[in-house]
Amino acid sequence: MSAIEIAGVSKSYGAMRALDDVSLTIGGNAFFTLLGPSGCGKTTLLRCIAGFEEVSAGSIRLLGRDIAALAPNERPVNTVFQNYALFPHMTVAENVAFGLRMKGVPEARRRARAARMLEMVHLAELADRMPAQLSGGQQQRVALARALAPEPEVLLLDEPLSALDLKLRQAMRLELKQLQEETGITFVFVTHDQEEALTMSDRIAVMSHGRLQQVGTAREIYESPVNRFVADFIGETNVLPVLVEGVEGGRASVVLPGGARISCPAAGLGPGAHHLSIRPERIGIAAGGPLRATVERVVYLGTDLQLVTRLADGTAVQVRLQNSARTEVPAPGTAIALEPEEGAARLLAD
Amino acid sequence: MRGVRHYPGFGAVTAGCLVLLYAPLVVIAVYSFNGSASITQWGGFSWRWYVDVFTGPESGRFGQAAWNSITIALLAATAATVIALSAALAMVRAGSFRGRSATFALVNLPLMVPEIITAVATLIFFTAIGLRTGYLTILIAHITFCIPFAYLPIAARMQGIEGVYEQAARDLYATRWQAFRLILLPLVMPGVVSGYLLAFIISLDDFIITNFVKGAGMETLPTAIFGSVKQGIKPNIMAISTMLLAVSAIFVTLSYFINRVGQRARG
Amino acid sequence: MAGGAASGGTQGREYRAVALPLLLPAWLVIGIFMVLPVLLMGVYSFLTKEFRGGVIWDFTLAAYDQFFVYRGLFGDEPPTLEWTYITIFWRSIWQAGLATALCLAVGFPTAWFIATRPVRTRTMWLFLITVPYWVNLLIRTVSLKFLIRDNGPLNEGLMALGLIDGPLPLVNTNLAVQLGLFYSYLPFMVLPIYAAVERYDFALSEAAADLYAGRWTTLREIVLPAVRPGIVAGAILVFVPSLGAFLAPDLLGGAKTYMIGSLIDEQFRGSQGNWPFGAAAAMILMTLVLIALILYARAQGRGRPA
Repeated sequence: MSAIEIAGVSKSYGAMRALDDVSLTIGGNAFFTLLGPSGCGKTTLLRCIAGFEEVSAGSIRLLGRDIAALAPNERPVNTVFQNYALFPHMTVAENVAFGLRMKGVPEARRRARAARMLEMVHLAELADRMPAQLSGGQQQRVALARALAPEPEVLLLDEPLSALDLKLRQAMRLELKQLQEETGITFVFVTHDQEEALTMSDRIAVMSHGRLQQVGTAREIYESPVNRFVADFIGETNVLPVLVEGVEGGRASVVLPGGARISCPAAGLGPGAHHLSIRPERIGIAAGGPLRATVERVVYLGTDLQLVTRLADGTAVQVRLQNSARTEVPAPGTAIALEPEEGAARLLAD
Repeated sequence: MRGVRHYPGFGAVTAGCLVLLYAPLVVIAVYSFNGSASITQWGGFSWRWYVDVFTGPESGRFGQAAWNSITIALLAATAATVIALSAALAMVRAGSFRGRSATFALVNLPLMVPEIITAVATLIFFTAIGLRTGYLTILIAHITFCIPFAYLPIAARMQGIEGVYEQAARDLYATRWQAFRLILLPLVMPGVVSGYLLAFIISLDDFIITNFVKGAGMETLPTAIFGSVKQGIKPNIMAISTMLLAVSAIFVTLSYFINRVGQRARG
Repeated sequence: MAGGAASGGTQGREYRAVALPLLLPAWLVIGIFMVLPVLLMGVYSFLTKEFRGGVIWDFTLAAYDQFFVYRGLFGDEPPTLEWTYITIFWRSIWQAGLATALCLAVGFPTAWFIATRPVRTRTMWLFLITVPYWVNLLIRTVSLKFLIRDNGPLNEGLMALGLIDGPLPLVNTNLAVQLGLFYSYLPFMVLPIYAAVERYDFALSEAAADLYAGRWTTLREIVLPAVRPGIVAGAILVFVPSLGAFLAPDLLGGAKTYMIGSLIDEQFRGSQGNWPFGAAAAMILMTLVLIALILYARAQGRGRPA
């Protein structure tokens, strides 16, 4: 059974629409990510699920049950807040046991469970500390233990890694994923960091301006973006203005800038002016390639080199080359020909 | 050449300002230990006037006045703090609602109206409704003007506490009441204590309004002192003043440190 | 997104649902024992005085007439403007104004000095400035009187040092009253200015200095306009209570320093009193305060960028 069914949910603040007719199904035992730039409505959606905001229209069902009438304390979901919201006047153990205490679990049992939760996040020895005495990473783990202790049906995580430094963030990604698999609890994870989303999620929902743009696995979202926003937001890409001459059998005949023609999946689009996305790492230098460009600059990125090139019509095209001894690096000013790999070119809806 | 923050003479003015503020208090505290019965001559250090306060001919009158002052201050500060905390909850936590700014103005009204006007108006009101002036009228007046003094520190403190803590509690199955009692109340407590202490001091110190609504024969410490100094400053008055001064200083210091400890705990 | 204290969402709604019972006690207490009395005072100012203190419920303008109009000793001369009470009010405004100026002259450098201390010591300085305010105003005023009496420690000390031959006559002068008012309300001037200076961006002063402005030019041209809201707030906080002050003029002044507070107070003492006249004087004082507050609101509005 799916854990959460969101049907036609909208949320307005006065004239501002924070959520615009969002429908989404989140399966059980999954790591699900809501991804989008700040202000896209992902946090609002999370807060609607938790019960901190009321939806203006639509319904949210949790394990098949409509939760609109339930206060936050009546919903079997728990939240890891962005800045953790650890109760500053309670010890770590008291924080972790709080939910169990509110549920009326006897003291001995909740103490044992809190200890177990702290062990799970490797903080057993800090049980009697106050939150202010912990590092950011430790606070984050306490928040996680606190939210998992009452064994919620769904765990909501609101950008929980954003306050940590890069190293810690990367380590926590794996740990979070592991924790989800161990506990079997559905995680709904909100982030604006696409790398975070790609590395952890079973499924990702990309949001923008209160609307759902695309839902899919990491690979689907990265390799088959449905529109310009998704292609642009996930990873780096080159967007070229193209003309679709005709569509036949699901494949489109496309005129590239400079006049060369290629064929690519039509993605449901008809003839006319469209945009084509090609990832920088999926395009290479090849004599006789369909795109003619001039190298403007070579940027050194360590493992990679990035060529900034420009087509005759002025469109910039980035090319990623592996930085190996065999790579021939064209000097700025050189005229080159570029060729997308097979299947790399994708037409985008606007 | 020092930085742009430095202005020559400003430090000296500050020092002068502090001397001016403290000199009278220090002088009266020192002279309260004067062994001589004449206030102008220094007769050596002595506890004589402190003993006099508790056993002298005026001790009964001042004892009763002190009792009145302290009980009124305790009751008024308690009532004002409860009222202020309740109002602050709605003002700070309920977001925006109609009448919010009007309520803010109303709660702070006792701070804006000169005391003499409040005093006159309150006396007229009690007379008009036929309530005999005395202990009860003083208490009512004190509760009223203590409210903003309790309200401001409580509201300021509450504003500094993010709503997310209560949300986290609700998320962890706490009811509204539990979220208030177990999370918000302990976090806002330094503000509550600080507001209570200030209200207590303000009540204890009030002279003008009390003088109007106290009625005949009823005295609080300030009205008793005022009655006494009208005939000239006597050494026992200085001893009482010094004790009151110490009480005020202790309360304000307490309030200051409680707030600071609270702030530190918040991280 | 996570939101500060201003709670939106269901939390705000839940509190709004109980806002009425939460606010009711404050509304009732201040409404009944503060707003209603002031309104009633307005009504009383139009009533007829009773000779043993109190009022007769006959509406009349007698109190205001007594305040503004002079008809001779026996009430038979052609009406002219009565100067007695206007003079008292004018003196009060003047005294309060001077006390405010004195507070500003001392308070601004003090606030500046404190705001430019290292963060750790700032609260300590502020604390030192505010402690005397929490000491009973009556005791402070009595202490000041004791200090500056003719044969008080100040004069004795100065004479012992040979700086003066006879005692400086300080008590019962305008200066003493101003000193008393200054002493009573100084923290009210320091705190808002301090808050303004603390928010002031000192890079502006550095920019001015870089562009060849001297220290005092910078103060006048850059700093003062920037911290003006704090200065105006401080001025109003000192001026308003000074206007209606009772203790400082009563204890430190004499007949020549009689101020509004004493005038009003006297109308409610014993059988000599005149309640409607006292209420009328209080209403006029209230009007002055309101004018000051309105001017303040307008000055603050202008001081800020739209």
